[in-house]
Amino acid sequence: METLAAFAPALPEIILAAGAMVFLMLGVFSADNARTGVFIGWLTVLLMAGVAIMIGTGGAERVELFDGAFVVDAFSRFCKVLILGAAAVSLMLSFGYFERERIMKFEIPVLALLSTVGMFMMVSANDLISLYLGLELMSLALYVLAAVHRDSLRSSESGLKYFVLGALSSGMLLYGASLIYGFTGTTSFTALASTLQAGEAAQNLGLIVGLVFLLVGLAFKISAVPFHMWTPDVYEGAPTPVTAFFAGAPKVAAMALLLRVLHDAFPGMLFQWQQIIVFLSVASMLLGSFAAIGQTSIKRLMAFSSIANVGFILIGLAAGTQYGVSSVLIYLAIYVVMTLGSFAVVLAMRRANEMDETIGSLAGLSQTNLPLAVAFAALLFSLAGIPPLAGFFAKFYVLDAAIKAGLTPLAIIGVLASVVGAFYYLRLVKIMFFDAPGEAFTQAEPAVRWVFTLSALLVTFYVVYPAFLLDAAGTAARALVP
Amino acid sequence: MIITTQPILSIVTFLPLVGALFIATLPKAAANNARWVALWTTIVTFAVSLLIWANFDASTAAFQFVEEYEWLGPIKYKVGVDGISMLFVILTTFLMPLCVLASWQSIDERVKEYMIAFLVLESLMIGVFVALDLVLFYLFFEGGLIPMFLIIGVWGGPRRVYASFKFFLYTLLGSLLMLIAILVIYGHTGTTDIPALIQSARLPADMQFWLWLAFFASFAVKMPMWPVHTWLPDAHVEAPTAGSVILAAILLKMGGYGFLRFSLPMFPLATEQLAPLIFVLSVVAIIYTSLVALAQEDVKKLIAYSSVAHMGFVTMGIFTVTTQGVDGAIFQMLSHGIVSAALFLCVGVIYDRMHTRQISAYGGLADRMPIYAAFFMVFTMANVGLPGTSGFVGEFLTLLGAFKVNTWVAVLATTGVILSACYALYLYRAIVFGPLEKPALKLLPDLSAREVVVLGPLVVLTLLFGFYPAPILDVTAVSVQNLVAQYEAAVAGAAKAATLP
Repeated sequence: METLAAFAPALPEIILAAGAMVFLMLGVFSADNARTGVFIGWLTVLLMAGVAIMIGTGGAERVELFDGAFVVDAFSRFCKVLILGAAAVSLMLSFGYFERERIMKFEIPVLALLSTVGMFMMVSANDLISLYLGLELMSLALYVLAAVHRDSLRSSESGLKYFVLGALSSGMLLYGASLIYGFTGTTSFTALASTLQAGEAAQNLGLIVGLVFLLVGLAFKISAVPFHMWTPDVYEGAPTPVTAFFAGAPKVAAMALLLRVLHDAFPGMLFQWQQIIVFLSVASMLLGSFAAIGQTSIKRLMAFSSIANVGFILIGLAAGTQYGVSSVLIYLAIYVVMTLGSFAVVLAMRRANEMDETIGSLAGLSQTNLPLAVAFAALLFSLAGIPPLAGFFAKFYVLDAAIKAGLTPLAIIGVLASVVGAFYYLRLVKIMFFDAPGEAFTQAEPAVRWVFTLSALLVTFYVVYPAFLLDAAGTAARALVP
Repeated sequence: MIITTQPILSIVTFLPLVGALFIATLPKAAANNARWVALWTTIVTFAVSLLIWANFDASTAAFQFVEEYEWLGPIKYKVGVDGISMLFVILTTFLMPLCVLASWQSIDERVKEYMIAFLVLESLMIGVFVALDLVLFYLFFEGGLIPMFLIIGVWGGPRRVYASFKFFLYTLLGSLLMLIAILVIYGHTGTTDIPALIQSARLPADMQFWLWLAFFASFAVKMPMWPVHTWLPDAHVEAPTAGSVILAAILLKMGGYGFLRFSLPMFPLATEQLAPLIFVLSVVAIIYTSLVALAQEDVKKLIAYSSVAHMGFVTMGIFTVTTQGVDGAIFQMLSHGIVSAALFLCVGVIYDRMHTRQISAYGGLADRMPIYAAFFMVFTMANVGLPGTSGFVGEFLTLLGAFKVNTWVAVLATTGVILSACYALYLYRAIVFGPLEKPALKLLPDLSAREVVVLGPLVVLTLLFGFYPAPILDVTAVSVQNLVAQYEAAVAGAAKAATLP
């Protein structure tokens, strides 16, 4: 009994993994139709909601499990709740779409659930081995999800592309991990941190190469430039709800993992990794902002927008301070809301049963569907970082963290990039509000309407009571960086 | 100091927002209801804001009606007014009902959204003038871009898309540099509380230099100062009448207000160092844009360039950092708020009838529209700066201030007064006098009752403040003296420190 009780902190993961198995069996032994798929989908959403409540109300003290390979603390709690929220909402968005496309298989929610377990592993990883386990569990499920529309050439292509490039990045990550292990003799983050305290060790060239490879692998997952090439193609090719899923939860998990690795395992090499992160950040912001200008597909545009946003998030990481960590968490939370809301809008871009994902189809939306246009405009202004919307506060905190850490030039590049970014967000607003209207969109299903309405309300009224996110992120950051 | 138990500033700030939310709940077809709700909201807001003036204590330079609430951890929601900011609040609330009335008939598409945009804009503009926290100020300052962008872009003229993008991106770039500066101040001093920063921020001189430039980037665009003024003529020409009024009368004043509130008291050393730069830019603005105004064929463009020239007097006055100069600058801003608003409304009157803004399309209106001609004349004279109109007092005081500091600046700026007479009188002659030849003009009706209600108060104020400027100068006097005294003390302190071994 005692050993069983010791597993209690890992209960959320155990429940999710067991749930995935049960749902898989349930699906296999039920009729093979869309109703089964939707039913299991809602069960998954319920399970995620239940686990989120469990985590949210549970304790926040740091507990290590499995010989220190797995850690539960306030930081993991914050990220897990965020991941569950993002995953559940994007699942809810997906049912109507998949039903219309006649691919509502029960495997979709099961795969999403499995990838969520992988993300949980990543967030709680305290060892290079468990890091890799979590990352691969998440990625393998995502590869399949990208190609879930198997009769669509684009979807299959994007799945394959994601898989090949993902495998490459995993290989690099593993190589980096093996170098680190070779030069330090340990894979545990805690042990790594104390080994590297010595100072001498941090100068070791082999170790630095290992760290670089590790960062390359992770930069691929967060689609930071120059490891972003897969993002636009996968975003565009994958079915839209899957893209919404990709843009939310996995980004949070990968960013959380990056935070944990760098702050828990390599605080002694701050000087070395800070340069890399600064470079990734600048490159992502600039490329993401400039490349988005010429896009005509809203999904590709969102892909470049997510690249630019990752660049901004990395500003907070580059600061390398506790405040920087909390700014990253705030950004992630707001970013998830904005992204899911935007993808809900994309899902609402449908005439009869035909999705139209060119930005031109938004023309005059304010005259054919004002609520949708206003919601999207709020989300876009928020993405552009215009106050008083939530996106401003996201940018505010990362910039503040960077300036307090003495990275003022990085902050200045950031604001310049955000002016460029504002241009293409404004272009969408212009198309919706200033252009002559086209044919109206078909009324979206309730889940989609709820998501874009609620997310627009959240980003608009966040300014009224911003303290709760501030406190939660602060507590989480203190758990990671004392 | 008067302690009021009511959070009157927050009420004035957010009342228009409440009205906007109310309009949003109205059914779509209720265009007329939206107009009436907007009108009453703005009138009530104005009435409440007059309570601020009535209870304002002009004998102190301290911030009054201060409210402070928890907001963003160490960053608080803090509002309050002093002699510098209070009248801008009144100006804003005063002009809004007129704007709603001016849009009564000229806006007939998407009326509901239009009124919502205007009320949201009013909230944000008032917020700029009452905010006593840098982050809160920034929030209001930049938030105003969204409704203004939509107003120009949705209800504007043929080149509205170009104009709205130019307006938005120009201002955003400037503002974001200010945001960086705000964060640097926050990082250095650990507070964003404006009164505390004004009182006790002793920032290092080299840091002041860069911070000053960053704030300058934002305010110079907003003002707008030469050479970053080019967005203004475009925005003015394309915006609907009420949008032009708000732009000219209030949004431009945020730049001048920003200089007074931040640049002078927080960065005195940099101000002293960089004042010559401002003088040069101001003089260029006054002379060059006046000449450009002379060459315009579009009525609105002419007035837009004349605004840039008048703002040149404001920046010049502010950076003399003398009591006369600063008093004059504030007076000039308020007067320009009234006069330029009135001029744009006058243009709107004839534009609504003829749907053209070409100066050459008009002529001889005095025959058909005598009341209009009389009103327009008052505002033209005020624009020229004729003694007896409010335009004179501001220009005279700023020139007086400039004369004390730098004779050449004053002399060159004075030529601007002559040039302003040239273009203003040219405009007036071309539109109102001359033979009434064009057939389309022969049927024009004179001002309607609604238009008289809109323009009448502006005529009264223009003349009142021209003959009796005391109500304004009394309010600003103590705060301005305090501002100038603090500045001189800071500069003298630094000079003394420099001479010590």
